[in-house]
Amino acid sequence: MTEFRTERGGRVDRSRVLRFTFDGRAYTGFAGDTLASALLANGVQLLGRSFKYHRPRGLLAAGSEEPNALVTVIRDAARRTPNVRATTVELYDGLVAESQNRWPSLSFDLGAINNLLSPVLPAGFYNKTFMWPRSAWFALYEPRIRAAAGLGVAPTLPDPDRYAQRYAHCEVLVVGAGPAGLAAATAAAATGARVILCDEQAELGGALLAEPDTEIDGRPAGDWLAATVAALRANPRVTLLARTTAFGYFPHNNVGLVERLTDHLESPPAALPRERLWQVRAREVVLATGAIERPLPFPGNDRPGVMLAGAARTYLHRFGVRVGRRAVVVAGCDAAFQAAVELSRAGVAIAVIADVRAPGQVAGPGEQAARAAGLAVETNATVLGTRGRLRVSQVLLGRVGPDGAVTPGASHACDVVLMSGGYTPSVHLHSQSRGKLAYDDALGAFVPAAPAERTRSAGMARGVAGLAAGLDDGAAAGAAAAGAHAATHRHSSRGLDGGLAGRPGAPPQPAALVPPAKAFVDFQNDVTTRDLALARREGFESIEHIKRYTTTGMATDQGKTSGLNALAIVASESERRVPEVGLTTFRMPFTPVTFGSLAGVARGDAFDPVRRTPSHAWAAARGAVFEDVGLWKRARYFPVNGEDMHAAVNRECLAVRRGVGMFDASTLGKIEVVGKDAATFLNRLYINNWSNLGVQRSRYGILLRDDGFVYDDGVIARLAEDRFHVTTTTGGAARVFAMMEDFLQTEWTDLSVWITSTTEQWAVVAVQGPRARDVLARLVTDVDLSAAALPHMAVARGRIAGVPMLLFRVSFSGELGFEVNVPADYGAEVWAAIHEAGREFGITPYGTEAMHVLRAEKGYIIVGQDTDGTMTPDDAAVAWAIGKQKPDFVGKRSLERPTMKHPQRKQLVGLETLDPRIVLEEGAQIVATRDQRPPMKMIGHVTSSYHSAVLGRSIALGVVAGGRARSGETLYVPMPGGDIPVKVVSPVFYDREGARLNG
Amino acid sequence: MADMLKRTSPPVASRPWLAPLPAATRYSLRGGAEARAAVAAAFGVEPPTQACRAASRGARSALWLGPDEHLLIAPESDGATLATALPAALAGVPHSLVDVSHRQVAFEVRGPHAEWLLAHGCPLDLDVAAFPVGMCTRTVFVKAEVLLWRTADDRFRIETWRSFTDYVITLLAETALELPA
Amino acid sequence: MLIIDCPYCGPRPELEFAHGGQAHIARPADPSQTTDDEWTEYLYLRVNTKGVYAERWRHARGCGRFFNALRDTTTDQFLATYRSGEKPPVGSAARSAP
Repeated sequence: MTEFRTERGGRVDRSRVLRFTFDGRAYTGFAGDTLASALLANGVQLLGRSFKYHRPRGLLAAGSEEPNALVTVIRDAARRTPNVRATTVELYDGLVAESQNRWPSLSFDLGAINNLLSPVLPAGFYNKTFMWPRSAWFALYEPRIRAAAGLGVAPTLPDPDRYAQRYAHCEVLVVGAGPAGLAAATAAAATGARVILCDEQAELGGALLAEPDTEIDGRPAGDWLAATVAALRANPRVTLLARTTAFGYFPHNNVGLVERLTDHLESPPAALPRERLWQVRAREVVLATGAIERPLPFPGNDRPGVMLAGAARTYLHRFGVRVGRRAVVVAGCDAAFQAAVELSRAGVAIAVIADVRAPGQVAGPGEQAARAAGLAVETNATVLGTRGRLRVSQVLLGRVGPDGAVTPGASHACDVVLMSGGYTPSVHLHSQSRGKLAYDDALGAFVPAAPAERTRSAGMARGVAGLAAGLDDGAAAGAAAAGAHAATHRHSSRGLDGGLAGRPGAPPQPAALVPPAKAFVDFQNDVTTRDLALARREGFESIEHIKRYTTTGMATDQGKTSGLNALAIVASESERRVPEVGLTTFRMPFTPVTFGSLAGVARGDAFDPVRRTPSHAWAAARGAVFEDVGLWKRARYFPVNGEDMHAAVNRECLAVRRGVGMFDASTLGKIEVVGKDAATFLNRLYINNWSNLGVQRSRYGILLRDDGFVYDDGVIARLAEDRFHVTTTTGGAARVFAMMEDFLQTEWTDLSVWITSTTEQWAVVAVQGPRARDVLARLVTDVDLSAAALPHMAVARGRIAGVPMLLFRVSFSGELGFEVNVPADYGAEVWAAIHEAGREFGITPYGTEAMHVLRAEKGYIIVGQDTDGTMTPDDAAVAWAIGKQKPDFVGKRSLERPTMKHPQRKQLVGLETLDPRIVLEEGAQIVATRDQRPPMKMIGHVTSSYHSAVLGRSIALGVVAGGRARSGETLYVPMPGGDIPVKVVSPVFYDREGARLNG
Repeated sequence: MADMLKRTSPPVASRPWLAPLPAATRYSLRGGAEARAAVAAAFGVEPPTQACRAASRGARSALWLGPDEHLLIAPESDGATLATALPAALAGVPHSLVDVSHRQVAFEVRGPHAEWLLAHGCPLDLDVAAFPVGMCTRTVFVKAEVLLWRTADDRFRIETWRSFTDYVITLLAETALELPA
Repeated sequence: MLIIDCPYCGPRPELEFAHGGQAHIARPADPSQTTDDEWTEYLYLRVNTKGVYAERWRHARGCGRFFNALRDTTTDQFLATYRSGEKPPVGSAARSAP
């Protein structure tokens, strides 16, 4: 179809032509292509602009290590995925992709002015130049720098896709389905073990996918691959996961995988999530992650058309694409020679092979083949530069003399430059697992050493080169991981097998490393050899500091192609060996992971469990407005006739004060404390005295932590000598339960007491107001509700509307009040029955907002609102609840510390604005004198503030240093509109005598 | 009026992989060997001492939830009988017996995909070799606590606190979208 | 996510557990008899061990029990877990508070 597509071969399906666009231009490719291979087949080499200098960039690699070709793939307005590597985007019919970081167009990019300015944009330039004035960094420089240097643009619409997660368990997890990984999985599966084999590519096979001419065990490698995968697939104990990246290695052999389910599909089925995050727990892990080819740092090595030699082989063999017409090959290792031979055979002219290896290399099979094929080889060569605006057109070679001096050599016209600096084992996951690394001098790279987890590496991932050796290594690792003896079968292989063969790499000669012109090390972050040299000259010693200063290895590719080259250059500059320079940390993720897959189902309504009470449907049907309290949805107010919140809350409050209201209190935590020592336990835990609480009586309890600060509160009822019903705050239920278990299990093991959560066993309806008794009397026939028989804080068992009931005579409103507890399945019906019975008394459902106002009118605190974890009972004005005769309770000792009794501690007070119409802001600060200049001396803050309908004015609670002694004083709340004068008053604003409560 | 009031619990729709289970009588039993022995006689099922195991006889079951904690499950119709019989049997024995019948909602995840569905939110190894029939435990399903009890190779009884039922079912249903219709 | 060997339920995922701080810190039997310094030490002072550390966990979403563990804070590997009230296994290098 184009001159770059070969006539046959590769793993693409030439019968299925796929249309796609790149930057608005239409192209076609084949099923099996990646976006990168399809663009190359169309002769497109220019794929992006670099991050900092906006230099034109093409493909460097063929796999996930690609640093340059970041594109945005667009399905629709909401589904735009930025920063994906064109090498990992599988082509589908109708795919739309765009280049990034260019304006107005990829071929004419105004941002490229940065490239002309590059002599003044060295490493650390931003930090050095834009430091002063400091404020300008945030306001001026940073936004502009960010706009100019950038990646793709995230979509602004919510992500419409679903993301799944799952946990999986296996005996052996094999990461990487190249030859070593396949052999490992096969050997492990042979023992009957549960095996998971994952690979980031669309097809299993790894390097074998680009080795058509190789044989394994006497048959074509492709046949071996198909048979091996088929056998694994047929085994029910084996899970094969293609398109699945092992991105993170977490403690105790917990490996995170992300499986891409729909990105390669033209029309993703609605039933499929886009991605699935796997959390695999493996008894043993085999890392068969292969190796990544290294670029060579020569001047102009980033021009489009300069790519890795192994990548060119992959494009040729796997995708049937010739990467160019005429190539200059820069050989830092034997694999480059092999690429030259194979591309030459496929019709690519080889201008010259420049051998940049140190003198005295033993000729490998690739070099021998190249010489036999009559390809021109220049030894002791180096590259002095490249030319070409948007694509390489010429290479200028140099010659390294015996003294190390470089003399200019010939120029070679070309449209592609293939380079190979050797192979770096992918030790990322091993290193993430905290395994040690060791430097292999022969390989010129780090390989896995002592593991920290139950993990082992196999094949090229640990520097075992050669196909047969890799297969054997994989099989041995798989068998050992499954607890079996190593396989006795020895694999054989035949044919040149590229990067898999012989010696995978040798460090290039140092003379070529720091040339005068711009030689890129980290392509994605635009870090050059000069930047690294400069960092060294400026005194940076530690590789960690050099990394941060130059940003080498800090891009989205995490330095996959650049890491070792950067180390080699720093080592050479500082006259150290690479292992002496050390390594920076390999961090997860191996390749970028979408936020969607990490969030999984935890989004929107399913972000957290939404807990609803039994009356929820009733309230929702009546238009209640809900608020979140912890995980609970609680009715905040019940607007009628289009009321706003203010009007609704005023009406609800007045209804409770003058008639009767009903409120859903089901969310309160409830704990049943049972056992002969139950009262002793509560005595030790709560500040109150419980010994003298009679059966069928209740009391307001306060719980501190041992630091003396208020932790929780709630009414506690004694149901029997040995049985208490403890209520907690809605948000405190779980932590109070845990605290009780802690003391029972670890401190007071002498007590015969057990606790059980009954929060959800009971639905609770609070019926509050002067007519509360009248309402309940309609439904309760077996309990004497009179004040004499059931006084304030009394408890009774009985039935309401025929349903068993636990009835509390309690009030959080200051009015005559009851709390009806019924088994939760009856909650909805009992709620409706009470509402029905209350109709003639004008019963008014009220929400949490009115509840808050009502309790504030009475000065009742809400733990967590009026307290903040630093308040003692005295600070919170509830010291009256302390059981004075008790030898100890949790927190008592702390209350004896001098600072806890200091008269200037912040104490709870009431606050009245002098202007009754002003409702203070909760959280507003309080000062003693007006018109202070900042920084003002803050003596407290407002904790609760409302308009009180019954009082016809605003009220507030606050904490003020030495507040109780300031009663009657005028203080100030500074606000943007001016200081608001407030008077310090008692926190009880309404019915100070408490007469209504006892009605 | 007394008989008019209906029980309503959070709804569990019936699906090929999901079945609601009837309301039940449930007691949380806490205590030691003495309490277990007393209950064994009155309840008809001996509370297991092996960790994370359930024992059943007829329609009654006792589930080990902790070394001093068992959940007793019986048909709803046994409620009145047990409300008398259990406290009577336990009189004088150190224990705590608390009615939690309404605290929880039970449903069953079943069929060939039961393990697969649950693995989306439950971090335990649910392979029948690791989580055999008769095993029961509290664990987590995504962000909710659940009680998971394998009653057959392809059946799990799940109990959640009632306000978490909707969350667990919703997430299971989202996962089940992938199942073949 | 760690795997923690609950002394009652066996190995379970960390998600089911709540960390409970340093182990083997007993609440004074009679707090009123402690000096301010002693009480402060009990309340606030904790070791920050690099290496083997004795810590409390609760199998909060499992059997509910508190127990103790020896964990190497440099590797996250557990050396042992044992029940509340039991001494750390002999031979361990755990540091415990006075």
